[in-house]
Amino acid sequence: MNSVNRYFSNIGKGFWTVMVGMKVTMRHLFTPAVTVQYPDARMAIPERGRNRLYVNMDDCIGCNQCGMACPVDCITIETAKSLPTEDLGTTSTGQKKRLWVTQFDIDFAKCCYCGLCVPPCPTECIYMTDVYEFSEYNRNNLIYNFTTLTAEEAAAKTQQAREAEKEAAAKKAAAAAAAAAQKAAQAAKAVASTPPAPAIQPASPVAAANSKSEPAKTTRPGAQEDSGNSAVSSEQSVSAIEKPAEAAVNKDNTKDSAN
Amino acid sequence: MHNFITYYLGTGFWTSLLSSILPLIWIFPYALVAMWIELKVSAHMQDRLGPMRTGGWHGWAQPLADVAKLMQKEDIIPVAADKALYVLAPVLVFIGSYAAYAAIPFSPAYIGANINLGIFYIIAVSAIVVLGILMAGWASNNKWSLLGAMRTAAQLVSYEIPSSLAVLAVIMVAGSMNLNDICAAQSGWFWNWFAFGRFPFLFITFVIYFIASLAETNRAPFDIPEAESELVAGYHTEYSGMRFAFFYLAEYANMFTVSAVATLLFFGGWNSPFGAFMSGPVWGLFWLLSKAMVLIFVQIWLRWTLPRFRVDQLMYLSWKVLTPFALANIFIVGLWTVLK
Repeated sequence: MNSVNRYFSNIGKGFWTVMVGMKVTMRHLFTPAVTVQYPDARMAIPERGRNRLYVNMDDCIGCNQCGMACPVDCITIETAKSLPTEDLGTTSTGQKKRLWVTQFDIDFAKCCYCGLCVPPCPTECIYMTDVYEFSEYNRNNLIYNFTTLTAEEAAAKTQQAREAEKEAAAKKAAAAAAAAAQKAAQAAKAVASTPPAPAIQPASPVAAANSKSEPAKTTRPGAQEDSGNSAVSSEQSVSAIEKPAEAAVNKDNTKDSAN
Repeated sequence: MHNFITYYLGTGFWTSLLSSILPLIWIFPYALVAMWIELKVSAHMQDRLGPMRTGGWHGWAQPLADVAKLMQKEDIIPVAADKALYVLAPVLVFIGSYAAYAAIPFSPAYIGANINLGIFYIIAVSAIVVLGILMAGWASNNKWSLLGAMRTAAQLVSYEIPSSLAVLAVIMVAGSMNLNDICAAQSGWFWNWFAFGRFPFLFITFVIYFIASLAETNRAPFDIPEAESELVAGYHTEYSGMRFAFFYLAEYANMFTVSAVATLLFFGGWNSPFGAFMSGPVWGLFWLLSKAMVLIFVQIWLRWTLPRFRVDQLMYLSWKVLTPFALANIFIVGLWTVLK
């Protein structure tokens, strides 16, 4: 009798649960869908959401702190010193701008949207926006150029800075030469009074002979190691140099999207 | 309608051809609409929206796009498949579900074949579907397909008995196997329908038939043969393109067949629910189709409500619940008919 009861109560429960289930689905048939029709409608981005970076170049002083903070090295900054005669203005935080930012590229294909570049910025000119739709068919199009200078202007500024540097170096050299000459003159005066200098000269050929004879073999691997280390660093610098070249190729495409 | 055709074309080859093609004119648009309804109903039951873009208004053209895609797809026949059977199987499946349309009286004026064994013919011929499925599963030479096909066969023996017994109860009350006569016996207001006759026994019969017919269409909760979480896609795993479309079309055609039969047997078929109001040949077509569509909606509703049965649960349900109840029903209904 117990099993018979169970049999019928099973059937009853079966029907009941089916009815309950059908009631639930019927209710959901008329509850509004949770779907957001994406391109037509969008969900609100969180207020502190981290999406595409933007650089306000008016405030950028080219300090490269963001570039150094970047864990994936997606920010490439090149700067050129301004001439003392040029006035670059001040940032909104009242800081005086001294560098022409000839290149400010962010490769969003590399960017991991960590936001670590944002806090170091002294002028708060780099920040994350709520733009998240910027897919491209070509990966190079994801390199955004933020600099306000055109390629020619940037080249001119670099050239100008280099020349200024050269001039300064020349001046410095001249000054140094003058100082050296002065020193030499003073030394000559001193030599005239006390002549201990020739005593040192015999010592240096001995040291030279030592280094030539025995440690010649050992120095070479050491030199190679050194060159290897420098190669690594030069590789980085090479890639850093290559990037602008890539960017320059797509400059015309990216300029629009960057702005 | 049939008389109309025979009047103009005689009873030759062309008449047969024309009247055999007529249901297709219904099946294709119906299948597209049912597919769309299924997409939308399933989506909204899950609080989604479903297709919204294809064709503009609520993705109405999605089934059309799907069909266009299926027609363009490559027709793949596995190297190890039994080619002849593999090609024949989808055709046979569709034939099985399409042949049943011959005996369905769409309206008092149109029935493909007004035969005295109408319902018997439908039950018999729709079993060909299982043959086609078994053929597909075997010919695919794929373990999933074969497992699905075997399950179909196991399912057939389970659901055919309660469904036949349920039909038998109606036949006893109506005293005929001709579906047109069964419909005519339910004319008048809707309380004359067999679902409400001999209350509640014929209603229980209807529930039994409906559950069994769900199993017949291989749809959830009885989609054991194609259980996608277990058997990839069951018997049509290897099929692609138009051959797959045939299986799909056959499924929807079969859904309509069982719904139409349930309508004819239990809900007055082409009879208007309001007596003589809104009745006639054209209204008859409307009533049959709309009643069947309501039942199809219930099928879709159940599909998106219930999880899949296990094979043993199906066996339990069919053999230990539906069959005894159907037998008891036959006994009571028969007694009632005799003693009336």
